[in-house]
Amino acid sequence: MDFGLSEEQEMLQQSAREFLTQECPPTFVRAMYTEPDGFSRELHRKMAAQGWTGLLIPEAHGGLGLGMLDMAVLLEEMGRAAVPGPFLFSSNLFTLALMQGGTSAQKKQWLPRIATGDAVGTLAFLEEDDRIDAAGIQLKAKKTRDGYTLSGTKMFVPFAAVADVLLVAVRTKGKAEDGISLLLLERDSPGVTISPLDIFDQTRRVYEVTLQNIIVPKAAVVGGEDQGWKVLSRVIDAACTALAADSLGGAQKSLEMAVDYTKIRTQFNRPIASFQALKHMAAEIVSEIEPARSLVWYAAHAFDTLPREASRAASLAKACLSEVYAQTTNRAVQMHGGIGFTWEHDMHFWFKRAKWNEFAFGDATYHRERLAQLEGF
Amino acid sequence: MELAYSKTDEAFRKEVRAWLKKNLPKKDKAISDLMPHDPERVKRAKDWQRTLHSAGYVAMNWPKEYGGQGADIVRQTIVNEELVLARAPGMIGASGLQMLGPTLIQYGTEEQRRRYLPTILTAEEIWCQGYSEPGAGSDLASLRTRAEIVGDEFVVNGQKVWTSNAQFSDWMFCLVRTDPDAPKHRGISYVLIDMKSPGITVRPLVQMTGDAGFNEVFFDNVRVPRANLVGELNQGWMVANNTLFHERNMLGSTTRTQLMMQNLIRLAQTHQRYGKPAANDPIVRQRLSSLLTRVEAMKYHSYRQLTNAIKGRAPGVGAMVSKLVGTELNHDICALALEIMNSYAPLKKGAARVIDNGTWQYEFMFTLGLVIGGGTSEVQKNIISERGLGMPKSG
Ligand SMILES: Cc1cc2nc3c(=O)[nH]c(=O)nc-3n(C[C@H](O)[C@H](O)[C@H](O)COP(=O)(O)OP(=O)(O)OC[C@H]3O[C@@H](n4cnc5c(N)ncnc54)[C@H](O)[C@@H]3O)c2cc1C
Ligand SMILES: Cc1cc2nc3c(=O)[nH]c(=O)nc-3n(C[C@H](O)[C@H](O)[C@H](O)COP(=O)(O)OP(=O)(O)OC[C@H]3O[C@@H](n4cnc5c(N)ncnc54)[C@H](O)[C@@H]3O)c2cc1C
Repeated sequence: MDFGLSEEQEMLQQSAREFLTQECPPTFVRAMYTEPDGFSRELHRKMAAQGWTGLLIPEAHGGLGLGMLDMAVLLEEMGRAAVPGPFLFSSNLFTLALMQGGTSAQKKQWLPRIATGDAVGTLAFLEEDDRIDAAGIQLKAKKTRDGYTLSGTKMFVPFAAVADVLLVAVRTKGKAEDGISLLLLERDSPGVTISPLDIFDQTRRVYEVTLQNIIVPKAAVVGGEDQGWKVLSRVIDAACTALAADSLGGAQKSLEMAVDYTKIRTQFNRPIASFQALKHMAAEIVSEIEPARSLVWYAAHAFDTLPREASRAASLAKACLSEVYAQTTNRAVQMHGGIGFTWEHDMHFWFKRAKWNEFAFGDATYHRERLAQLEGF
Repeated sequence: MELAYSKTDEAFRKEVRAWLKKNLPKKDKAISDLMPHDPERVKRAKDWQRTLHSAGYVAMNWPKEYGGQGADIVRQTIVNEELVLARAPGMIGASGLQMLGPTLIQYGTEEQRRRYLPTILTAEEIWCQGYSEPGAGSDLASLRTRAEIVGDEFVVNGQKVWTSNAQFSDWMFCLVRTDPDAPKHRGISYVLIDMKSPGITVRPLVQMTGDAGFNEVFFDNVRVPRANLVGELNQGWMVANNTLFHERNMLGSTTRTQLMMQNLIRLAQTHQRYGKPAANDPIVRQRLSSLLTRVEAMKYHSYRQLTNAIKGRAPGVGAMVSKLVGTELNHDICALALEIMNSYAPLKKGAARVIDNGTWQYEFMFTLGLVIGGGTSEVQKNIISERGLGMPKSG
């Protein structure tokens, strides 16, 4: 029995926190809010130099070959700093999809470049009706002699504008899980149009991607024709865990900011931290965050080593952290009073990110129902 | 990270499980569940703890010289889990085992440890906690029960209240005021009082569950040897806090909660509500899953606390939340059970047509007591914000 981080993981946590305090302070997040792509290639390269972009990538492909728990430790720190950019989608989700279902040629082509930070990958799977189950994937790819042709729209594609390659989920047969294929598509390919969706959380840009008469060769299939769901469902579990880890860090940071503020703000001749209404609010947040942290660790650990529990653990973590992060940031703004409501104060970066994390890849209601089904009631 | 217990620990678990299968006491229908303090029940409960102790399963992590096994804390955790899973009766000497014992190991004199610890293990002597008074509940430090030093004795006068199990306890660990002039936290001492001493009157108080679990205890010139002082004179507040820390750990334990959650899901699947199984109702499903999420979080939370203990790390803010979250969670589980039962909910234990023997109704009330006892949720929040987050005391 050892339900704790290893020494290496604690070192990663420490060094990540130091690095991000330096490289991604709130002033940087603020600057990225007004950058057209919300992305700094420079920071991305620096993170690559730390080994982060290749954290999950096997050493043979230029990465560190670490696991989801290490990734969760890192993502918690990124959530603390509200790091803008495609890291989570590229170095976690896209990478995992390739590792899971990619051919050796595909891995050779993309993984080393992702590890060095030279390439960015992303995921295009949602469509207009915003379903994250298999039936939501309706964009048809027609088989041709040497590949597929497709036309249609993918929605809410993270950081499509800076991605070099998209993993597009398409339907090659049927209606359910057995007819989904995943295709690698370079963003520069003719027929790909991307348009930004104006989103209030500017740290997580999303795009509408239109595909018009795209021709994709057979060699671009990830995970086998019609077999994409196996890969994609695992990626969804990873996404839930990853977003939960990010949310955990964001919630912890919001709590700390709020508590620090209440210690220096005086009203009625005393620090507002001495008012029980605020103390109890803070205590309630801690009481939610501490158990929630255990669920994030459990989900990451299960993803790595307990495959039969992974989906259940992912839903537990996502259901829990969707709410905890949103509720925490709400209360943290409240504890700041009027100043927390301003654009000038940093608090809203986390407040908005909490909302993004809450709804992406299934909100708490969705995951509670999924949990009920997995539990068999 | 390694979630599984080691092979040797799992082998030990099997051993415990097999032993329990053979030795678990049979239910005696003649003794009502409602009367946990029935003398016959108390006797049986003591026998059960003694049997467990002979098997080596009681306070295994206590040092050998006081009757423990000097085993690691994982072993005791496994035993506790198996006891709950086997639905074994709880240990009657719990307050001695889980509250006083660890405190004596840390603060007691060598003599006190040798005198008191072995009989705690065997349930030969049962302990109660004499902290609360009519005027000192959450504000425990304002307690007024006096102890004057006369020769080499304390002479105790005053009153305690809500003292669980006092009616059949042999001893009380008790907080008394030994310096009325000192600031309120500095004039308190921690003493061990023989409940058979002349001058003690115990008056049972009936709880809302219908059974008399706690009591009023009156002291009229009760003489207590000075040797029964734990820690320094007037320094009892620190010792008391140590006991409270252990009490909260006990109250925050989660294996029982997991079992209750399983039972709740079963109830929702089997009980028809408005013409269909309750678990088919999307709102009930949401609420079940929401509770399940909290239960699972607390399960892994307790693994984290256990890991800290194994590694010898300070418990930290994580440990402070266990009591608050755990007790409220148990109560919320029971509350949903009652909602699922609808018209059947208000039926009493023992009533015709009552579901699941009325356990839910009983536990619904009992668990509310645990939200209050050992420090209310509000007091827990004060502790978390002040000691955990460094927020200042309220004006
Ligand atoms: C959208 C918006 C529009 C506004 N428009 C106007 C306007 O037109 N004109 C104007 O004059 N003002 C306006 N205000 C200011 C508003 O009235 C103040 O923000 C509000 O009174 C709180 O004061 P504060 O911001 O200084 O927070 P603080 O008083 O510093 O409060 C910070 C936190 O401490 C808590 N707190 C403070 N004292 C206590 C206590 N005794 N007990 C428990 N908790 C306490 C608060 O509830 C809050 O959570 C506006 C504010 C907002 C957000
Ligand atoms: C089932 C049960 C068993 C018990 N067993 C024992 C025992 O064996 N030995 C023993 O010594 N005691 C025992 N107790 C007593 C228990 O410790 C007290 O009931 C508890 O500490 C609360 O004190 P009180 O009842 O005086 O309530 P009060 O302190 O009067 O509290 C009343 C309400 O006011 C709130 N409140 C009080 N102070 C504050 C504050 N500063 N901030 C915010 N809210 C506040 C409380 O949270 C509560 O909601 C037991 C209690 C129960 C319910």
